[in-house]
Amino acid sequence: MSKDKSEYLINRKDNQYEVVIGLEVHAQVTSESKLFSTSSTKFGAEPNTQVSLVDAAMPGMLPVINKYCVKQAIKTGIGLKAKINKRSVFDRKNYFYADLPQGYQISQFKDPIVGEGKVILDMPDGQKQVGIERLHLEQDAGKSIHDLDPKNTFIDLNRSGVALMEIVSKPDLRSPDEVNEYIKKLRSIMRYLGTCDGNMQEGSLRADVNVSVRKKGSKEFGTRCEIKNVNSIKFMQMAIEYEANRQVDLIEDGQTIDQETRLFDTKKNETRSMRSKEDAHDYRYFPDPDLLPLEVSDEFINQLQSEIPELPDEKKKRFIDQFKLTSYEANIMVSDIETSNYFEDVVKKSDVKLATNWIIGELFAALNEKNLEITDSPISAGNLSKLINLIKDGTISGKIAKTVFEQMMEGDKDPKKIVEEKGLKQESDPKALEALIDKVIDNNRDKTTEYKSGKVKLFGFFVGQVMKVSQGKANPKLVNEILKKKL
Amino acid sequence: MIVSDIFNYHMSIDLKTIKHISKLSRISVDEKKAEKLAGDLNSIFEFIEKLNELKTDNVQPLTSVAETTLKLRDDVVKSKNLREQIIKNSPQENEDYFVVPKVIE
Amino acid sequence: MSDITKQSLSELIKNIKEKKLSSTEVTKAFVERSEKSKELNAYVTEDFSAAIDKAKKFDENPNLDLKLPGIPMAVKDLFCTKNIKTTAGSKILNNFIPTYESTVTQNIWNEGAILLGKLNCDEFAMGSSNETSFFGCVQNPIDKDLVPGGSSGGSSSAVAAQLTPITIGTDTGGSIRQPASFTGIVGLKPTYGSCSRYGIVAFASSLDQAGPMAQNVRDCALLHEVISSYDEKDSTSIDFKRNNYVKELTNNIKGKKIGIPKEYRVNGMPKEIEDLWKKGIDYVKDCGAEIIDISLPHTNYALPTYYIVAPAEASSNLARYDGVKYGFRADGENLIDMYEKTRSEGFGAEVQRRIMIGTYVLSSGYYDAYYLKAQKVRKLIKNDFDEAYKKVDAILTPSTPSSAFKIGEKTNDPVSMYLNDIFTVPVNLAGLPGISIPAGHDAKGYPLGLQIIGKAFDEQNLLNIAYAMEEKINFKNKITDWWIK
Repeated sequence: MSKDKSEYLINRKDNQYEVVIGLEVHAQVTSESKLFSTSSTKFGAEPNTQVSLVDAAMPGMLPVINKYCVKQAIKTGIGLKAKINKRSVFDRKNYFYADLPQGYQISQFKDPIVGEGKVILDMPDGQKQVGIERLHLEQDAGKSIHDLDPKNTFIDLNRSGVALMEIVSKPDLRSPDEVNEYIKKLRSIMRYLGTCDGNMQEGSLRADVNVSVRKKGSKEFGTRCEIKNVNSIKFMQMAIEYEANRQVDLIEDGQTIDQETRLFDTKKNETRSMRSKEDAHDYRYFPDPDLLPLEVSDEFINQLQSEIPELPDEKKKRFIDQFKLTSYEANIMVSDIETSNYFEDVVKKSDVKLATNWIIGELFAALNEKNLEITDSPISAGNLSKLINLIKDGTISGKIAKTVFEQMMEGDKDPKKIVEEKGLKQESDPKALEALIDKVIDNNRDKTTEYKSGKVKLFGFFVGQVMKVSQGKANPKLVNEILKKKL
Repeated sequence: MIVSDIFNYHMSIDLKTIKHISKLSRISVDEKKAEKLAGDLNSIFEFIEKLNELKTDNVQPLTSVAETTLKLRDDVVKSKNLREQIIKNSPQENEDYFVVPKVIE
Repeated sequence: MSDITKQSLSELIKNIKEKKLSSTEVTKAFVERSEKSKELNAYVTEDFSAAIDKAKKFDENPNLDLKLPGIPMAVKDLFCTKNIKTTAGSKILNNFIPTYESTVTQNIWNEGAILLGKLNCDEFAMGSSNETSFFGCVQNPIDKDLVPGGSSGGSSSAVAAQLTPITIGTDTGGSIRQPASFTGIVGLKPTYGSCSRYGIVAFASSLDQAGPMAQNVRDCALLHEVISSYDEKDSTSIDFKRNNYVKELTNNIKGKKIGIPKEYRVNGMPKEIEDLWKKGIDYVKDCGAEIIDISLPHTNYALPTYYIVAPAEASSNLARYDGVKYGFRADGENLIDMYEKTRSEGFGAEVQRRIMIGTYVLSSGYYDAYYLKAQKVRKLIKNDFDEAYKKVDAILTPSTPSSAFKIGEKTNDPVSMYLNDIFTVPVNLAGLPGISIPAGHDAKGYPLGLQIIGKAFDEQNLLNIAYAMEEKINFKNKITDWWIK
């Protein structure tokens, strides 16, 4: 097995340590209005302009649950192949914080809406299954702004009450790479489902990372530390790396690890204890008496089940079966829904093999360079398939196609038109080619003599000259044939 | 002096506990207040302990008497920009934000 | 008409509809009497001149089809009223002006009534004597230095003293029925879910319910008809068919089965309460109803259960009063210091006590022993009633174990204060409707009430029984106007 090769271990003198990671991902539910109020969830509004009386916890205000958010949570549960709980309960998690207006967060503690499920990761050495412990719905808090005033903290409640799904994994992850794949896969599934936009810059996806270490081969879990609210995959990986090494150093030094909450300092690239915040944490969960248990029927769940689109795992399987993609290619194509849609649009009307190469090769490189998403691609799927057809039927060479592609990147132009306007059509007329070749031979008499006297290596020089004179348009196959005859 | 009498033989809630719950509930208490609260709470809990006479192992807890199921609302934005209304009553004036003493993280 | 304030709501409506009285005349009469009655301390906020303006406006173009045409009324200061200060009897909301209206009060204004002002109450409705109010205790119009009951003490006092023809209170463990009983008026706590809780400052969400308080059963029925409505803004509001309670009001209760629970004969109950109860039994028999002995075996556990459930919910409901968004704020060196000082200075002793109890019973390690246990016992208490209602249509009990007591008499002994709610609390725990009607006087001449407990959503039957009994009892409240100089 190649497993050992990719195993992530921390080595110290005589000991090897394995890292055990579990994630609590907070994913913002895609919805128009908040979980328990009718204010907007739009990102980037002026401070405190999307705050209802309920969100500001005005006296006597009461929560009323958003049906769509419930549906979104159940859909996500289905996407995670998880058990949907027909009865779930909203609890209050009580603590004081400036950006928590009610003095409690409405969450689900004992009875979450979604139970155990799983996510499959495609790692370089094969598939890995990560267990999902649960998924529950909860309210987001507001935002504290510390840097606008030297003496005061400012509070913006626009986010207060926005629906979040907290997705808790089992402690099944073993390396920063697996964490990377896991987050990407979760994000991909939710984007396929349309339940979370996965936008990490806007904070739609954050995670609390639980890290512990243990000697390789040990069955016992070590004491874990929770790193709060990390908002990018890169930071998660850095935090895990730092934290795992910190814990190993403590153990090697004969010290014990305190179970605690830690903060990842992105500037110093280290985690540090948030113990000061911890001392009074006893959340006093109890069922929210303003709400009743949430009950959903089989019909309700079945209806949602029928609305579930083809998800990445199934799509990958189909792409391999239907289009004969390699596992590697299929992974790339299904990684997000927009890419897979683009791919399927292109191959509707053109050759799969060429399309695959052009998308993974040229298109991704060009988009990367311009820092664009596939949805913002200057080249539409329709025009890319036209370009591929021009190559396939010999109208242009692969080399010319790259020139055409470059022009298409400047604006979504029909490749046929570019070829016509710029006269880039491949020259395949033997008579025209003969004339060209005669001219090249004529201009290089000395080289011709050398070639004829046995310097066959010069053949390449002649092909190059013909291509140059034809501005790359000469059909290379025919040029070869004719040159051989003429020389 | 019923309260102090009970306080003398029923000391389940001590001053440390009072300090702890005052911390949790964000209500400051000084020694005098803590002692008074301990006395009151002990006499109250003594009569609450009556519940222990009952065996309830097989009883389902009742959280709400409302004989209905949770109603679900449509996902429609109705609340408009209420910033002025929301902030109007706040103790420290600011046009855009709620303001609190600096929070050190 | 010099005796406007002595008229019942029904009489006032009749006179306004027949144009014998204008809304302005009526409003002025109640304002005038309220002005003369400041010693009762029933009001926290007066809105008298605005009320008279509104009355004049009503009279310019009177809509006499409304259920409360131009009727002035004051309401408990636990209901949020748009642009009118709402304090919940607390320093912490001393300066809070809502920008919104509670559903219950909105229903009232929609039927043509006019706000006179906001009535005093125990702080956050936590109390049985109105002595926990930041705005001072309220005088019972029955006698000087007598508590009016609580928490709706300003409300009971104001109705009994005829400062308002009717009012609304809230009842979490007896806060409508006990003060009604102490002041010789009628008070109804409706079935949980009948009246929306939207816009009512919350005490204990699973128990709180708004209800009418009035001079007689008919007025109570009318006000209940106005305030009871299904409300999408309250997830615990219940969508059931609501009656025209007044139209269907009848004194014919022949054949109704009335249960008498033996567990309500508590140790140390004064003989006059016992006698009153017996008289009540005779009255319903006279009306042709049948008396059936029943058992509610877990009655004795109701009060301990209540003193876990209500403080637990309150400790969380009152977390929002933190000095950040509205209300009182104390200066603090940092955020936590600000919180602790604000809440320590902003809440009174009883509220702090209950927050502490609630925090304790929910805290780690105690949840199962207290909170979960209480929820289980609550189920047993509800089961008792379910069982009883297989045999009877309603249950008759005393409203309180004593008549009104003196101001200061019980303030140092929380448990003895809590015992006041012994007969009313089980009704809230089971979510049932209950009504207190005045039924007699004790030796001191203080009023005593009887409570009728109904099946859930059966307010009509409850009101009918109360109506029939009221006729037989023919109670006269002894108000001497001692406070008017």
